[in-house]
Amino acid sequence: MVGDAASRLELARGLLRRMEDRSERSDAVRSAPVGPAEDAGADVVPVAEPLRPLLPAGGLRRGSTVSVASGTGSTSLLFALLTEASAQGMWAGVVGVPGLGAVAAAEAGVRLERLALVPRPGGDLVAVVLALLDGMDLVVVAGAQRAGLRGQDRQRLAARARQRGAVLLALGSWPGADVELGCSDVRWSGAGRGAGRLCSRQAVVRSGGRGSAGAGRRAEVLLPGRSGAVAAVHAPAAVLGTPVRGAPAHGTPARGDERVAVG
Amino acid sequence: MVDPGEGREGAAERVLALWSPDWPVTAAALGAHVPAHRPAAVFHANRVLACSAIARAHGVRRGLRRRDAQARCPELAVLARDPERDARLFEPVVVAVEELAPGVEIVRPGLLALPAKGPVGWFGGEREAAERLIDQVAARTGVECQTGFADGLFAAVLAARRGLGVEAGRSREFLAPLGVEELDREPDVERSELVDLLRRLGLRSLGAFAQLAPADVASRFGSDAMLAHRLARGLDPRPPVRRRPPEELAVELELDPPVDRVDAAAFAARTLAERLHTTLAGHALSCTRLGVWARTGSGEELLRIWRCAEPLTPSGTVDRVRWQLDSWLTRGGSGAVVRLRLTPEETVTAGALQIGLWGEVGESDERAGRALVRVQALLGPEAVVTAVLGGGREPGERVRLVPWGDEREPGGSAGPGELAGPPAPEPVRLIEPEGAAVREGHPEEPDPASGPQLRVVPPEAHGDHRPSGPGTVAHDHRSGAVGRGERGPVRPDGDHGGMSGDQSSGGRPSSIRTPARSRPIRTPKAAKDPVPAWPGRIPSPSPATVPPEPLPVELLDPGGRPVGLRALDLLDAEPHLLVLPGRPGRELSAWAGPWPLQQRWWAGGAHTEVRIQVVLVDGAALLLLHREGRWWITGIYD
Repeated sequence: MVGDAASRLELARGLLRRMEDRSERSDAVRSAPVGPAEDAGADVVPVAEPLRPLLPAGGLRRGSTVSVASGTGSTSLLFALLTEASAQGMWAGVVGVPGLGAVAAAEAGVRLERLALVPRPGGDLVAVVLALLDGMDLVVVAGAQRAGLRGQDRQRLAARARQRGAVLLALGSWPGADVELGCSDVRWSGAGRGAGRLCSRQAVVRSGGRGSAGAGRRAEVLLPGRSGAVAAVHAPAAVLGTPVRGAPAHGTPARGDERVAVG
Repeated sequence: MVDPGEGREGAAERVLALWSPDWPVTAAALGAHVPAHRPAAVFHANRVLACSAIARAHGVRRGLRRRDAQARCPELAVLARDPERDARLFEPVVVAVEELAPGVEIVRPGLLALPAKGPVGWFGGEREAAERLIDQVAARTGVECQTGFADGLFAAVLAARRGLGVEAGRSREFLAPLGVEELDREPDVERSELVDLLRRLGLRSLGAFAQLAPADVASRFGSDAMLAHRLARGLDPRPPVRRRPPEELAVELELDPPVDRVDAAAFAARTLAERLHTTLAGHALSCTRLGVWARTGSGEELLRIWRCAEPLTPSGTVDRVRWQLDSWLTRGGSGAVVRLRLTPEETVTAGALQIGLWGEVGESDERAGRALVRVQALLGPEAVVTAVLGGGREPGERVRLVPWGDEREPGGSAGPGELAGPPAPEPVRLIEPEGAAVREGHPEEPDPASGPQLRVVPPEAHGDHRPSGPGTVAHDHRSGAVGRGERGPVRPDGDHGGMSGDQSSGGRPSSIRTPARSRPIRTPKAAKDPVPAWPGRIPSPSPATVPPEPLPVELLDPGGRPVGLRALDLLDAEPHLLVLPGRPGRELSAWAGPWPLQQRWWAGGAHTEVRIQVVLVDGAALLLLHREGRWWITGIYD
């Protein structure tokens, strides 16, 4: 048994190495998605196809906080994030956006009957968002800065989202967000100098965020595309060319079923 | 007509039903002040829902399309459906009956039931009681009604429709020759499938249906058919195992501050109804008779009992409570409601009333609904809204915000009151003229000499780049034919443009959202009609942000002078700089338009509005509106 000391040491080292290997592997697994790892894959709120490469989980992870930087394109990006979830029958609440363009939301593909709006939450912003997080799949908060939201409130909201498996989407800066999205390099096409009309907007959407999510992914999308919905930039020549001739004079109903009969 | 008490061996109690024929029409005509001699009909989703006797004499029938009904009876008053109005105007009738007889229960607006024993005993006979009640209602409210006596509510209602008194114990004989479609007469009860099935099986009368063995019906047609079978046999719809619910099932709400507005009352009703149903569900019960009790600020106590053929659903409860509060509050005189109580007067074991396994009311919807109601409790009922798209040309005008819990698509494809004008034809697609030809051929061009040199449209715009967006003209497809479009832009006299039927924009800035509840709404039926185009609407994409109030802005040309309009479709200079008040100017990189819009020229105080889209150098895009000599931001493409 004496001579075995070396082999026992060898055995122990081997075990240790194996343990290390295993934990490394699980570290790699853990660090890939944002937030808790146990609900990988299944608990993701889907987003529209063109935005998927931007998000570490291929969608909005339930329980996570996502911020959309304010600025040009932010509201359209927000609609694009809500579209797919809304189409699958999920509920979304929007707090503190008095000027939300519901027509644009509908054109983007958001189902308005599942989009609850609280345009003016007043001083009860935190209470309202907490209540909505209990029942909604996605809650959009805007004007957090204006309402004087403190870091403590932010943490409370993020914790509630995590607990309820909802997604908290912040319009504007949100320190501590798991994923940060923003639009840049926007370019409208369709309008000339006194001619044409706005047709589509090409934009670069960048994502960043805490930990490994902050890989700095970027995607070039049409936000919105010609129909009003987010689209991938497939053939720039076809989409971004000269103003389109012969567009119908009444406009092109993007979603004819949303239109309203008169009389 | 027999004396009461003679041969009361039937299982059901003796019921007096008082029915006012075509109540929706009666109520709507009262509300819209349509004279009684004029034919009238209530429409829902472009179909006749109910019509007056005169209209019926002219050939108007239930289910007829509006234009067909108007073709048969051109002077027909077209009225919109409004269940709340029906309930509100029925209240005086109930009060009138209540003065003579106790225990009145409202089955639905237009129909009430009461135990026959009291009035028959008091007035000395069914005929006398019926006469007194009909006289009383006519004298107090001017409403015509009919009465019926029978064993059980179902037979009594059918008897009332015929103005009959069925002898006690002979309800079954009375029902036997009637058709099975009588089972499907009540608007709340959907039995058309069963009726259709029975007909196809050759069971055309209630008598034939009643001949089936109850066990066979139960095993083949399901629970609702069992209920119908009991009705057909002249029995009470439910086996007599009903029990008086224990007192603690009643739910009560202290209203502080006191409620004197109908919308606030509706919100309170919703909260209370939800509590009631949670309590009932906890006891595995559902409610078939609902007592609504209220105490007013002056100490008056009001109680009304609603009776239902079907167990009440939460939304059905809310409706009834809201209608009741509405009628109490609008009656006036008793002040605000300070306390509200709902009592389930009669309950049955909850069987069929379960949360849908799939379909509309799922778990997540319930959860979302509860969350929204909580927010409403925090901020008030109007603070949580959902958007409904409507007609209109401006992005703000097309959106109607409906408080959560209110119906998103209230009934009636028509606005309130009468609808004028012919039905809408197929949307006409404007033939857009060539840009150059229009401009030169435009007869009302204010300054003919200004054409070539002041045209801001670059030369290539005449050919390749002519405005391809909205029509140059806000042209109303109702008011004109295709040919008119060829005349080009809007005539200053306002011959073109405008939209009949829209009640939203008025003289106000049209981009402000209006909570106009009376805007024509798309209904499932109406959806089958062609979707009307709104020529002049700017095609998608629409601005993602629509400021609640338009923001004033200045538009300057390269020389620093403000840009104005030379003609409706012509700017007087090329825009170069956009200046928000108190901010440095931002340079434009592109712009499109202008597109004139003339709406509501017939209403007076209307403005001609001109819209352009501008793209700034930094990538932002805006929708601008020119009105009253200046520019406003009405949409932000962000």
